[in-house]
Amino acid sequence: MVDDRRLREVALVPDEYRVIVEKLRRPPNAVELGMLGVLWSEHCSYKTSKALLRRLPSSGEAVLQGPGENAGAVEIGQGWAAVFKIESHNHPSAIEPYQGAATGVGGIIRDVIAMGARPIALLDSLRFGPLPGSRRHFDGVVAGIGGYGNCIGIPTVGGEVYFDECYEQNPLVNAMCVGLVRVDRLMRARAEGTGNSLMLVGADTGKDGIHGASFASVELDESSSERRPAVQVGNPFLEKCLLEACMDLGHTDAVVAVQDLGAAGLTSSVAECAGRVPGAGARIDVALVPRRERGMTPYDVMLSESQERMLVVVQRGREAEVERIFQTWDLTSAVIGDVTDDGHLTVFDGETVVARLPIDLLTDGAPLRRLAGISPEPPPSLHLDSLPPLVDAAQSLLRLLASPNLCSRRPIFRRYDHMVGDSTVVPPGGDAALLRIKGTRLGLAMTTDCNARYCHLDPNLGAQHAVAEAARNIVATGARPLAVTDCLNLANPDRPEVYWELEETIAGLAQACRALEVPIVSGNVSLYNDSEGRSPIHPTPVVGMIGVIDDYGRRLEAGLQHEGDFVLLVGSSHNDLGGSEYLKVEHGTVAGRPPGLDLAREGAVNRLILAAAKAGLLRSAHDCAEGGMLVALAECCLLGGLGVRCPALRPELPLRLDAAFFGETPARFIVSAPSRAMPELQTLSRRHHVEISLLGMAGGETVEFEGQFRLSLAEMRLAWEGGLVR
Amino acid sequence: MKFGVVVFPGTWSDRDCGWVIDQVVGGQLQYLWHKDADLKGCDCVILPGGFAYGDYLRTGAIARFAPVMESIGEFADRGGLVWGICNGFQILCEAGLLPGALIRNSSLEFRCEWTHVMVERTDLPFTSACGERDVMRMPISHGEGSYFAEPAALSRLEQNGQVVFRYCDPNGRVVPSANPNGSLHNIAGIINKRGNVLGMMPHPERCAEAELGGADGVKLFRSVAGNAMKVLVS
Repeated sequence: MVDDRRLREVALVPDEYRVIVEKLRRPPNAVELGMLGVLWSEHCSYKTSKALLRRLPSSGEAVLQGPGENAGAVEIGQGWAAVFKIESHNHPSAIEPYQGAATGVGGIIRDVIAMGARPIALLDSLRFGPLPGSRRHFDGVVAGIGGYGNCIGIPTVGGEVYFDECYEQNPLVNAMCVGLVRVDRLMRARAEGTGNSLMLVGADTGKDGIHGASFASVELDESSSERRPAVQVGNPFLEKCLLEACMDLGHTDAVVAVQDLGAAGLTSSVAECAGRVPGAGARIDVALVPRRERGMTPYDVMLSESQERMLVVVQRGREAEVERIFQTWDLTSAVIGDVTDDGHLTVFDGETVVARLPIDLLTDGAPLRRLAGISPEPPPSLHLDSLPPLVDAAQSLLRLLASPNLCSRRPIFRRYDHMVGDSTVVPPGGDAALLRIKGTRLGLAMTTDCNARYCHLDPNLGAQHAVAEAARNIVATGARPLAVTDCLNLANPDRPEVYWELEETIAGLAQACRALEVPIVSGNVSLYNDSEGRSPIHPTPVVGMIGVIDDYGRRLEAGLQHEGDFVLLVGSSHNDLGGSEYLKVEHGTVAGRPPGLDLAREGAVNRLILAAAKAGLLRSAHDCAEGGMLVALAECCLLGGLGVRCPALRPELPLRLDAAFFGETPARFIVSAPSRAMPELQTLSRRHHVEISLLGMAGGETVEFEGQFRLSLAEMRLAWEGGLVR
Repeated sequence: MKFGVVVFPGTWSDRDCGWVIDQVVGGQLQYLWHKDADLKGCDCVILPGGFAYGDYLRTGAIARFAPVMESIGEFADRGGLVWGICNGFQILCEAGLLPGALIRNSSLEFRCEWTHVMVERTDLPFTSACGERDVMRMPISHGEGSYFAEPAALSRLEQNGQVVFRYCDPNGRVVPSANPNGSLHNIAGIINKRGNVLGMMPHPERCAEAELGGADGVKLFRSVAGNAMKVLVS
């Protein structure tokens, strides 16, 4: 029997240990225990969330590959598939921000490469505690993302960043990668063919990152900084060579499958690859694994999370062909074992068997945890009647534009190469980014979204909002939403309130994705984002969404384009101040319920925008989100470098003026259009039962609501561009 | 005109340059592998952007020892056109084909953004399609693009008229606020004395089509392509 300390080290509980002994009919040895520990960690096994995740919709017409592979894939037209996935690297980034973020980027790129796709874009969804307190995390993470992405030559085109006290000890770093592959070249990481060789390629194996997956599955505490060896170190140059070599593999049919080595290293990549083929097993010899340091035990080799490594399944007898491809890029490759049909992963150290475990016990054996959720106290309610009326809209607007959650992200994205690849036709800074698919007229839109404050106030509704906002961002470029990858970041689910949040979050995601017809094809769950004695993070279900436009020549951007264009509000406004940025910034409170969401209406508004864009009626489109209509309008002006003149805004009762300006009612866009487009827009408005109202006319260098306020673009720009620099 | 695009491990603008040559300008394209000393009869050799050999030690410091670089040196000596963009400029300075060095941006941060540059030489095979004192809008994308040279070398560059591009504002004024990286004299690109080796930090291959936000860069590719007949390799 092992002692509790040893079990804790591999992050297993006594009950799980008993299951292992029962299934094996013997106690596992130390190597086996370590292997089971990492694969049964929450990070790898999803033992707490798996049952709930089955509720998410994952099928649809365009879906080529749903969850369960290295990444999801959807068909986007003309024989092309988009491959994409988002993944968290929260715990490592809390301890060692630069390397944590960098290796998060590196890991998600390898997932896309494993599908046979060339990565074409990166996005990053980030959460930090408020500045300047969280400067170390913020600076390190932003530098790490740039350090990796800029070097490897994949553009970082989008993402988001929010600041809130709840992320002070637990910053969130979610990296998303999108790749392209011909539909008929899409690969699956399946260890097919008994006798085929397993080759390990890329970096040599070192002692870095041992127990990384287990470490990601517990709360952070004071000893967490001692976990620094569990954080890996990235080498983007090596990964660039690995990327190009893997692309060259496409020229040969000698390769059966490619699998990334990520969390839990060799153990998980071999087990997962074999686990996808019923009855398949694998034999590997750790003595054949190229190492970067002496004195490594079989345990170390099996659990190392050294970066920039891939497992390649090669047809027997054709190893030399594959080796030559890697040699061209000066990469080491080594045959370390082969595929068997005994359903076991057998690990040798030379002649000696050091571990032998059933594949299904490794990949699927962790007992699912069924926890009970209890809904917590509802958040403080918001009494609009006691909220003082809006005093000075101009000053409120300036303060909102300067707020760290709303201000310009340019100080961040100008540190990322967002142009390499010659495909970025809508750069970061607007709603979604849009990349052209060279050789076609197709454009691929991509975004990440989540308003975690809404999720805190109502996890179910908040999750729905995340999906709805992502869809609006895609639609604002003229592209139709296609599919989703999600990263669920939550606190410790052993707390009943957190488990309840998890249940509600998944229910909300499922409902919204079904209604908006966007299947979830890949994703990741990151739990235990807590620190001892601190309040847990808000549930933060980050939604990464892609969409497609048939002709990117018809794309839209957020900024106003032409003097004299009509500036219009599509959709109608309500007294939606609950959980708003206005309430937080101007009244210092987080209260109420998030805005109500009518998913059918979201769909209708989106269809109207897409129809108008396709007909060429619009010159610009921008989603109204945090900060409401007025902040969105100001962004349209700042991004286009053009002002707007509007008659006074006199909302009809019961709509309040503060809510008309700063309320966050969803299903709204600000668009601009030439006057000649108005009749057709009105027809569309009637057909889709969506209200379109005239806000004003584009022109000049101020934003003016006659008789209410006037602000110069220069003054607004100063506030907006300085929000992160201070 | 046959363009050669050099590929080091870690190069990433190779495919973008290739795209512009092949799809936009309609030139002949040949990729040149760093381990191969044969320049395959190219008329103009481009050293594209990237992090050649990871840029470990110092940008361009290892790349200059690649087999292809020796051939490029001889090719330049014979008057062949050599064009370093971004990392390629850094490599040319390391290899001694151009004077000076590119050091860390004065902001100490990577910068990817649009800049304006003034074209100060239009008598070169690289810029002949540009107008006299044209202001071109081109993006930069680098962490180490601040041009530095010793005072004597700098004044030689200026006296010889070897500065080809200088960061300026949209109206063509060469002012400190238009300098994105702290380059001395706002230098964005220089030519060797003979006029056949160009190094520049901005990325013309990223702005050769309007849909990418601007098409000024295509002028440089067209200049080279249009000079096919004039290039004389002795």
